[in-house]
Amino acid sequence: MAATKEEIITGLAEIVNEIAGIPTEDVKEEKSFTDDLDVDSLSMVEVVVAAEERFNVKIPDDDVKNLQTVGDAAKYVLDHQG
Amino acid sequence: MNTTPHTVVVTGIGATTPLGGDSTSTWEGLLAGRSGVSLIEDDWAAELPVRIAARAAVDPTERLPRPQARKLDRSAQFALVAASEAWEDAGFLGKAGEVTPDGKSGPAVDPERLGTVVASGIGGVTTLLDQYDVLREKGVRRVSPHTVPMLMPNGPSANVGLMVNARAGVHTPVSACASGCEAIGYAAEMIRSGRADVVLAGGTEAAIHPLPIAAFGNMMALSKNNADPEGASRPYDVDRNGFVLGEGAGVVVLESAEHAAARGARVYAEAVGQGVSADSHHITQPEPSGNGIAHALQNLLDDSDLKPAEVAHVNAHATSTPLGDIGELKSMRKVFGDDLDHMAVSATKSMTGHLLGGAGGIESVATVQALYHRTAPPSINIVRLDPEAEGDIVRDSARPLPEGRIAALNNSFGFGGHNLVLAFRTV
Repeated sequence: MAATKEEIITGLAEIVNEIAGIPTEDVKEEKSFTDDLDVDSLSMVEVVVAAEERFNVKIPDDDVKNLQTVGDAAKYVLDHQG
Repeated sequence: MNTTPHTVVVTGIGATTPLGGDSTSTWEGLLAGRSGVSLIEDDWAAELPVRIAARAAVDPTERLPRPQARKLDRSAQFALVAASEAWEDAGFLGKAGEVTPDGKSGPAVDPERLGTVVASGIGGVTTLLDQYDVLREKGVRRVSPHTVPMLMPNGPSANVGLMVNARAGVHTPVSACASGCEAIGYAAEMIRSGRADVVLAGGTEAAIHPLPIAAFGNMMALSKNNADPEGASRPYDVDRNGFVLGEGAGVVVLESAEHAAARGARVYAEAVGQGVSADSHHITQPEPSGNGIAHALQNLLDDSDLKPAEVAHVNAHATSTPLGDIGELKSMRKVFGDDLDHMAVSATKSMTGHLLGGAGGIESVATVQALYHRTAPPSINIVRLDPEAEGDIVRDSARPLPEGRIAALNNSFGFGGHNLVLAFRTV
């Protein structure tokens, strides 16, 4: 069953918390992974892989650069989840 | 440019070892003659011929924020723990040239004049092997993007450099079990030659994993005394049968005497000099005549103002192998003659196990502590002293060192024929 946008953001918050140690409540739609959430380019790859597994999507490397904010990632997952 | 060689002093120490999570608890363990060796309880050890090791007393992940720890090889985790202690012990605070997030700042140190030299013998071996397991079991996509910076041997030095904002140079000499000593010697030269004012230097290792244990075991280098873990590391005893693998890190803060004096720093000891040589004999076996080690000792005497008469203590390499322990003593006799008889020789690997590239780090810390506290730690597990072990071995319990100006040596030798000797002296 496809996840809702809220469920995706909650899931991303848990992933970011696991990887970067940011409290889940601080991971909001408008937050930038790099500027606000202490997710550097290497850790972003971890976020992407974890999101792929959790939401059953494929996020090609070329698309990762477009995922600047949590909202970008949530929309990508919403549009592509299987 | 000022070309006068600078005097180098030790102003900070830090360690995390099988005996304790910091330099003080480690020193207390050494003085008490406590063994840090135990049976490996992990399932993977069940099938190995060697099932003993000296695990770090405090897991480094307890001391680092989890998001940071998960991006660091265990060897880098140890290095950061030991370097943090040394940095604060020297009186510094946070990153050089910056105030801390809560608005504090420590004594001034110019980042451009601050360096790190932290070495390991093997590098991020557990990361490499664990990620290979991930590759095979879970596939390419799951291999961590942090793998390369975690496994690269310069990772610990680079991470310590990032921690303190070091910009004079971040280095990693690799010489197997001599790596830690080579790092401290290199750091001292950075200061002596005028390249840096302050350098964090030491060694780290985290190689307690079935592959290195199987490999060292198949070389016949490790003790297989699984029945008596605490008695397995027994340098100079007639029944010694190989070393016990240990893990952890030791780091010192080296500083030019002028820089230390200008900020009123506590000085533990002077870093007098180093002696270096290479055996060029065999990739792993020690050179049987002992001439290689003797050459390093002679270079130390030739290149510094150290006098054998003032050397009161030696933290020996002494790993508990049949050939190495005796060869080291014979080399010292060749160079020091009768002066060897007034040197209290300690084999602290009898308690810590052998930390490979970390050995020179934790043993330099112990050597500095021995001078500062004027006490030589014991060598434990000598039930029957090898009659060939000439020299004044400190057995069973710690021993006071003489008053007045005294010096101490830390020897480290590595596979590849690397011979390193560091000399420290009271101030």
